[in-house]
Amino acid sequence: MSTNGKQPKLKISGVKKHFGKKIVLDGIDLEIEQGKSLVVIGASGTGKSVMLKCVLGLLKPDEGSVMVDGEEITHVRGSERDNVMEKFGMLFQGGALFDSMRVWENVAFGLIHAKGVDRQKAWEIAIEKIVAVGLKPEVGNLYPAELSGGMQKRVSLARAIAKNPEIIFFDEPTTGLDPIMADVINDLIVSSVKGLGATALSITHDMASARKIADYVAMIHQGKIIWHGSVKDLDNSGNEYVDQFIHGRATGPITRRVA
Amino acid sequence: MTAKSEKIAIDVHHTASFLTDLLPDTCQALGRTILAFLQRVGQLSIFVGKSVMHCFLPPYFPSQIWRQLVDIGYYSLPVVGMTALFTGMVLALQSYTGFTRFNAESAIAAVVVLSVTRELAPVLAGLMVAGRVGAAIAAEIGTMRVTEQIDAMSTLSVNPFKYLIAPRVIAGTLMLPILVLVGDIIGVYGGYVIAIYRLDFSEGSYLSQTWDILETMDVISGLVKAAVFGFIVAILGCYNGFNSQRGAQGVGAATTNAVVSASIVILLFNYLLTQVFFS
Ligand SMILES: Nc1ncnc2c1ncn2[C@@H]1O[C@H](COP(=O)(O)OP(=O)(O)O)[C@@H](O)[C@H]1O
Ligand SMILES: [Mg+2]
Repeated sequence: MSTNGKQPKLKISGVKKHFGKKIVLDGIDLEIEQGKSLVVIGASGTGKSVMLKCVLGLLKPDEGSVMVDGEEITHVRGSERDNVMEKFGMLFQGGALFDSMRVWENVAFGLIHAKGVDRQKAWEIAIEKIVAVGLKPEVGNLYPAELSGGMQKRVSLARAIAKNPEIIFFDEPTTGLDPIMADVINDLIVSSVKGLGATALSITHDMASARKIADYVAMIHQGKIIWHGSVKDLDNSGNEYVDQFIHGRATGPITRRVA
Repeated sequence: MTAKSEKIAIDVHHTASFLTDLLPDTCQALGRTILAFLQRVGQLSIFVGKSVMHCFLPPYFPSQIWRQLVDIGYYSLPVVGMTALFTGMVLALQSYTGFTRFNAESAIAAVVVLSVTRELAPVLAGLMVAGRVGAAIAAEIGTMRVTEQIDAMSTLSVNPFKYLIAPRVIAGTLMLPILVLVGDIIGVYGGYVIAIYRLDFSEGSYLSQTWDILETMDVISGLVKAAVFGFIVAILGCYNGFNSQRGAQGVGAATTNAVVSASIVILLFNYLLTQVFFS
């Protein structure tokens, strides 16, 4: 993850977060270059989602800084925060679709309510994005509850890319999908990130997905990044934690603590 | 003998150490409870401040405000209307049984209209709306919280305080006085119906007794109370939903808390406002 002297698009340094007595993040450092895709792998409950939320400003980190294009955004609030969010798109782990709105209104939500695009134009863009993620335009008139899990993921993806973000975050995009649908989502992620020329930060514990969408991989364990490198080096990382994780072995340095 | 006194000494020692062990524990627990409570109060105050601020600062979401006005106002009409009707009726009936003993039947109209406008319409409407609307707000916003819809909204550059909370607070504060005004009329009518058809009052005298005693301030004070109660119901529904813990259980607890806390705070503020208005 060398930056070649260029300014990283996203830089996370020393981010810490605890809940009560439990330390979830214990000093996370990461950088992503413009246009690259970084995938953070790690076991369930290691704080991957918490890390993304700290970056997005949905949770306030106890310490550390998050910088976008060299600008500190950690403590930005109010309408400036909305402006920062303009650069971000996020695909939530559970989809997080607004269940009281139709699919197209979900996709167009940010356009209509934040960017002030008029409804007709927003509808057109929404349908375009819905088609781009492989759904029929008619789906736009359904409610999220009427869709299958895979379709909901696609709609969430369409919503995340609707305002053409510069940085897209994916929280376990393939979890809960069958392998074929998972691969379809992976392809969509790759094509939409490349299509927008966006920078991507994804988290997953699905190795097939990681290999497909990553330029770089980092592994989180006990609140710290314990390894990072190019996806090519994943299989000979020389790190026993990474080896155990990517081969899914029950025995090794990572022990299942019942927390 | 020595053995016995030794035993007593040990007992005393035990009791003492038991007390010294217990005392710091109790103090700690008490301290923790007080701190947690103060933290809650602080958190709520910040939440209220932020909500009120976002009610006044643009951008506004008129379609959301309209939806909430209809939801909170229009759909609460049946509940509030029924409550007011039966309350007015029972007031007439009850005061008749009492007042005939003192030959004070002419005071019935006054009891009905004053109790309804000053106290019963606002308080009962507030409590009914707390049950209907406060619970619905907490459940909806709580579900949005635990399914990350609120986070999603923020990432789409839309402030949930403006889009979700401000419309509900505005609608609650505006609609409850209207509901109570309707409740006033229906409640007085309920008393009137009982007086005329059950208690054989003459229509004219009952109505003139009602109008004679009623002052503008009676109605106004009730409507001011209603606005405060509407604000309380909406803000506590939003607050509990917004801070809902994870899972279905979290949303359930948020809903219960919203209704219970709103009901208690309504009764508390009813006392305080009455004191302000009529002392
Ligand atoms: N809002 C919160 N309050 C308390 N604990 C939390 C909260 N969010 C996450 N946690 C805890 O932080 C840990 C990491 O959670 P998470 O980031 O969701 O894990 P994952 O790596 O599977 O995404 C978990 O143990 C979880 O219980
Ligand atoms: Mg997660």
